[in-house]
Amino acid sequence: MAPQIEIQIIAVIVAVACALPGTFLVLRKMSMMSDSITHTILLGIVLAFFVTHDLSSPLLIMGAALMGVVTVWLTELLSRTRLLAEDAAIGVVFPLLFSIAIILITRYAGSVHLDTDSVLLGELAFAPFDRMVIGGVDIGAKAIYTTGILLLINLAAIIVFFKELKIATFDPMLAAVLGFSPALVHYGLMALVSLTTVGAFQAVGSVLVVAFMIGPPVTAYLLTDDLKWMLILSGIIGAVNGILGYQAAALLDVSIAGSMAVVTGLVFFLVFVFAPRRGLIRSLLRRRNQKLEFAKATLLFHLSNHENSAEENAEAGVDTIKTHLHWTGEFTSKIIRSLEREDCVQLSGGLVKLTPEGRYAIMRNYITLFSP
Amino acid sequence: MFNSIISLFSDYTFQTVALGSALLGLISGVLGSFAVLRRQSLLGDGVSHAALPGVVMAFVLTGSKNTEVLLLGALISGLLATLFIVSIVRHTRVKFDSALALVMSVFFGLGLVLLTYVQKIPNSNQAGLKRFIFGQASTLLKRDIILMVICGLILFALVLLFWKEFKLFTFDSDFAQSLGFSPKKLNLLLSFMIVLAIIIGLQTVGVILMSAMLITPAVAARQWTNKLWGMVTLSALFGAVSGILGTAASSLVPKLPTGPAIVVCVSAIVTISVLFAPGRGVLHRVYQRRKNKVLYKFEGGVSDGTAN
Repeated sequence: MAPQIEIQIIAVIVAVACALPGTFLVLRKMSMMSDSITHTILLGIVLAFFVTHDLSSPLLIMGAALMGVVTVWLTELLSRTRLLAEDAAIGVVFPLLFSIAIILITRYAGSVHLDTDSVLLGELAFAPFDRMVIGGVDIGAKAIYTTGILLLINLAAIIVFFKELKIATFDPMLAAVLGFSPALVHYGLMALVSLTTVGAFQAVGSVLVVAFMIGPPVTAYLLTDDLKWMLILSGIIGAVNGILGYQAAALLDVSIAGSMAVVTGLVFFLVFVFAPRRGLIRSLLRRRNQKLEFAKATLLFHLSNHENSAEENAEAGVDTIKTHLHWTGEFTSKIIRSLEREDCVQLSGGLVKLTPEGRYAIMRNYITLFSP
Repeated sequence: MFNSIISLFSDYTFQTVALGSALLGLISGVLGSFAVLRRQSLLGDGVSHAALPGVVMAFVLTGSKNTEVLLLGALISGLLATLFIVSIVRHTRVKFDSALALVMSVFFGLGLVLLTYVQKIPNSNQAGLKRFIFGQASTLLKRDIILMVICGLILFALVLLFWKEFKLFTFDSDFAQSLGFSPKKLNLLLSFMIVLAIIIGLQTVGVILMSAMLITPAVAARQWTNKLWGMVTLSALFGAVSGILGTAASSLVPKLPTGPAIVVCVSAIVTISVLFAPGRGVLHRVYQRRKNKVLYKFEGGVSDGTAN
C-alpha cells in the first residue's frame, strides 16, 4: 500500500474513533476535559516509563490511560468541595500534573527520546515507517492496527452501552432510579476518552486530539437532534475532515495534523453559517423577524391605548410616535408602512388610525402573549 | 545553602527573571480573579493556544523576531479567537466549553500549519518561535521586563478606573445592564484585558502553563476572603510570590525548568488554601461536621419526638 493511502486510512480511523466518545463529551458539557486529559497523559507515560524503562512497552499506554481517569477523578474531587467552579478545577489540576511531568522528564529522562515536542505536536507523516510484520510478512503500518483496535473498542462500547450512555447523559437522575450508577457510566466513558486520547495522540499530537474529539460532534450538533444521527454524522464529518485535511496538507506541504484541524474548523464554520435550522443566517433572520413582529405589536397596543383619548393627537401622530416609543424615525416609518400593508392601520390627517383588521390583530396578540 | 541564596539574589540574571515572573504573577493574579469569578477560567487556556498562529503570522509578515511584534500578532489572534467563541455561543446552542475547545484546537492547528510553512521559506531563521509554545523564562531580557511593566501599569490603571463597573458586571450583569452600563462593551473591555495579560505571560511560562497562572492564584485567594478587593490583592500577592519562589527553586536546583516550578509553587498555595482556609476550607468543614454530630447526639435523644 502506498504510504499516502495508509496515512489517510489512519486519519479516518483516528477521526471516527475520536468523534464517537467526543459526542458524549459535547453533550455532557465536558469538552474541556479532553484538553485536560490530553495534557496529563504525559505524566502517565513518564511514570510508566520509569517502571518499565522501555518506550515501546504497552504499559506506557496503560499508564497514560490510567492517568486520564485519575485526572478526571482529581478534578471532580476538587470541584465536589464546592470551593471552586468546575472549570476552575480543570484549570488547577491539569497544569499541575503536566508541570510535574515536564519536571520529571527534564530531570530524570533527559537522555531518552521522550521529548515534549513529539507528544504535543505528533507527526502522522512518520506513521507508515513503523511496519506491522507478522511471520516475516509486512501487512501494513502498525498504526492502522493500533488505531483500528481503538475504533473497534469505541464502537463496541458505544453500541453495547448505548441505552445507558444515552440516559446517563440526558437524565442522570432517571439513570440512578433505573438502577445503573451514573458515576459508573461516567467513569467508563472517561476511561474510553483517555484510551482514545492515548491511542490518537501518537498519530496527531495531543492538542489536535481535542480538535478531532470536539470538532465533528459540535458540527453535527448543529445539524441534528437525534443522538444516533449525531454519532453517525460526527463519524462521517470526522472522516471527511481527515481526508480533506490530508489532501490540503499534501498540496501545500505542511503539517498534516494541523491541516486536518484547520479543515475541521472550516467545515464547522460553513455549517455554523449555513446550517438549515440552527445556522448563523437563520438565527439572524429569526432575530430580525422577532424584532419587527414585536415592534408591530408594540405599536398596535400603543395606538389602542390612546385611541379616542384626549392625548391621541400627541401620541399617535406620524411624527410623534418615534419620540414616545424611543424609536428612530426610519424604524418607525418602516413599522408603520408594514402595518399599513397588512391593513392594520391607516393614515388620516397626520394620525395613525387603527382599522378593524388592526383591532383584530391586537386581540390575537393579546391572547398569544397573555393567555396561559 | 544560605550563602547560595544570598548570592543568588544578587545575581543579575536571576533578578531579571524573578522580577519578570513576579510581575507576571501580579498581572495574571489581578485579571485572573475576574476570569475565575465570571466562570471563564479556561479562557486563558484557549487564548494562549490560539495565540500561536498570530505569532507565526506576525513573523511571516514582518520578518522580525521582536518580542513586541510577535506579541502583537498573538494579541490579534487571541482576540479573534475570543470573538469567534463569543459569537458561536451567542448564535448557536453550542456551549461555551465546546466552542472554546473547538476554536483553540483549530487555531493551534493553524499555527502548526503556518509553522511548517515557515520552515520551508529559505533564509528564514524561525528558531525561537517555538519558545511561545513552551515558554522560557530564562530568556527574559530587560526590555521584556519594561514591556511587562508598561502593559501591567495600563491594565492596573484600567482595573482601578472601571473597578465599580467590573465589580457590578461580574456579580450581577443584569443589574448592571438595568443601570445603563453596556454589558457588551464591558465584556469586550474585560476580555481584552484578560487576553492582554495572557499574551504577556506567553513567553515566560508558555501556552500550557499560562492558564495555571491565571486561574490558580485567584482560586487560592477566593478561599480566604469574600471581598473582591481582598481577592484581587491576595491573588496578585500569591501570583507574585510563586513567581519568585519558582524562579529561585529553578535556579538552586539543577535542571528544574522555571515555568513548571512556578506552577508547582502556585498549586501548593492552592492546596493549602483549599484545605486550611478558615471558615471555608475542607478541614474546617470536617471539624464543623464532627462538632455538629456530637451536638446532635447530645440534644437529639432528648428533643426528638417530644416536639410534636
